[in-house]
Amino acid sequence: MRLAELLAEILNGLQYGLLLFLISSGLTLIFGVMRVINLAHGSLFMIGAYVAYVIAGATGSLWLALPAALLGGALFGAVLERGLFRRFREREHLDQVLLTFALILLFEEARAALLDNQFHSVAVPAALDFSVPVVGDFAYSAYRIAVLGICLFVAALMFMFVERTRLGSAIRAAAENPEMVDLLGIDARRLHTLVFAGGTALAMLAGALAAPLQSVYPGMGDGYLIISFVVVVIGGLGSIAGAFWAALLIGLIDTLGKAYVPQAAGSAVYLLMACVLLWRPSGLFARA
Amino acid sequence: MLHVSRRRLLGGAAALALGRPAFAQGAPLKVGLMLPFSGTYAALGENVAAAFELYLQERGGRLGGRTVTLVRLDDESDPAKAPQNVNRLLERDQVEVLVGTVHSGVVMALVQAARERNVLLIIPNAGNDAATRELCAPSIFRTSFTNWQPAYGMGKVLAAKGVKKAVWVTWDYAAGKESGEGFGDGLRAGGGELTQVLTLPFPETNFQPILAQLPGLGVEAVGSFFAGGSAVQFVKDYAASGLKEKLPLCGSGFLTEGVLKAQGAAAEGLQTALHYGDGLDNPKNIVFRAAFQQKTGRAADVYAVHGYDACQLLAIGLDASKGDARAIKPMAAAMEAAKIDSPRGAFSLSPSHNPVQTIYLREARGGENRVIGIAAEALADPGTGCKMG
Repeated sequence: MRLAELLAEILNGLQYGLLLFLISSGLTLIFGVMRVINLAHGSLFMIGAYVAYVIAGATGSLWLALPAALLGGALFGAVLERGLFRRFREREHLDQVLLTFALILLFEEARAALLDNQFHSVAVPAALDFSVPVVGDFAYSAYRIAVLGICLFVAALMFMFVERTRLGSAIRAAAENPEMVDLLGIDARRLHTLVFAGGTALAMLAGALAAPLQSVYPGMGDGYLIISFVVVVIGGLGSIAGAFWAALLIGLIDTLGKAYVPQAAGSAVYLLMACVLLWRPSGLFARA
Repeated sequence: MLHVSRRRLLGGAAALALGRPAFAQGAPLKVGLMLPFSGTYAALGENVAAAFELYLQERGGRLGGRTVTLVRLDDESDPAKAPQNVNRLLERDQVEVLVGTVHSGVVMALVQAARERNVLLIIPNAGNDAATRELCAPSIFRTSFTNWQPAYGMGKVLAAKGVKKAVWVTWDYAAGKESGEGFGDGLRAGGGELTQVLTLPFPETNFQPILAQLPGLGVEAVGSFFAGGSAVQFVKDYAASGLKEKLPLCGSGFLTEGVLKAQGAAAEGLQTALHYGDGLDNPKNIVFRAAFQQKTGRAADVYAVHGYDACQLLAIGLDASKGDARAIKPMAAAMEAAKIDSPRGAFSLSPSHNPVQTIYLREARGGENRVIGIAAEALADPGTGCKMG
């Protein structure tokens, strides 16, 4: 194991982990505040990637696709919450899970009907279509570095928002104790719309960012959904900081595992999750 | 029960007298085309089918004296549905010959049916070694390749260039592993060595953890098997990681087949090995490409060649048995002895019923896989473990 190679793999792990954070932060907040297990979260990631594919294909610029995925995602999430999830608020968990499962099927069918079932690649923006040597003989594409930066920036914004603003503290309160929101006189309905819109926007932004890195194809969100749940469980349900550290941890373990112990790479993160569930069922980073 | 027509009764009696299953001379011969017409491999299935039809048209729609009816069935590249789909063709549609398919998991159901029921099967694409190795049978033929073949050619070329150590990068599934074995055998044949096979789960496209390892492995070249959209991503990521100049990438021809436009500059100069390529100027290929273009409005590719040759091979068999698709013995004898005039160049079949064919060395240039030489002349799959009969 050479040092340069290890550094390159750590960078790969951080980049993957930060992308995971964008997806799982929404998932954890939606669960924390709304107590809904959103199985369709991976499909939202996929929709974001297809938005990038369609917009970048039509306009030739991925830069337009990023705000479109973010704003479109917020709007889409708000519509989903108002139109569907709100009606399921008082229902059992099973009904809610079935609703999100139905959404997966609907989104997949819609994708197949509107586009096709092919595998598509999305071009990296021309301005970032070059590589920078990072460690030793290994170079990083400028776009990959930009994704790293954008993810870090979004993560910082989220911390500021959740830790420093009134609305953010309401969300934290709701995530820790949903009943408290009503006691504090906060409009829970508005809060739910906001959280679901935010979570959807983040998942779709992550999808749009990932499109040039891993191509766009049917069911591309499935793997991300499962790994995001692992992040949420390890980080502690409803905890943004927990999701952040857990995502980085998973990103590193998965990447280093694939590089150095490929036989065990597939199971390493699930083993970690099983251990966390055994020893700290509320998550590594949850406040006790 | 009593509605048996006189003609049918006579036909039945005649068949009994000959001791053979019934087939009426005048009745059309049903050929089942089980191919992917939707999903990731739809374009491949369409080209196989179109070229199959093209040769049938050239023969006036008749093979072995019988009019041929094609029964198309979309297998969706879904191995779970494969046994049921094969049954539908054989039971409901009563086809007498099976032609299919692209996906190497789905083809196993066809192989099983062909072995159990002694039905003629011609495989126009799927390259899993087993179909013409340990699972070979007198009724199973292939007009495409084994996964081993193109990769063997690539390994041989590298070793001839003086490469001593190389690695193979692929997905952890049959086609990837089998082509890796071919690559290793090819390298060894020329004095080189395959030091490692790096895999990731199918169909994952996060290649970064593998790419970062490559500079430290002490090898002189990297070979790989990926296909379709993932091949686009891999070739682009490889170029973006700055490895292309220092550590040449090469592979089975599928790495750049049909995806060069999407790979763009990242693929330029990349060498691959396959039994077909752009710029083959044999007369058969020129005529075939023009006819295929005219029929479909698309350019012919290696998949179209497989389909065209599948129909050519079937014609040889049926001509020998005078249209009796159940008479495996005379058909197989004729097909085994035949030289098929393929657009890829004439080929014959190995004892295990797989093409003995030239593997070309190609280089990606300006959106084409130009043939720049020969990687392996008249290459036969070893056919290890094949026991006919």
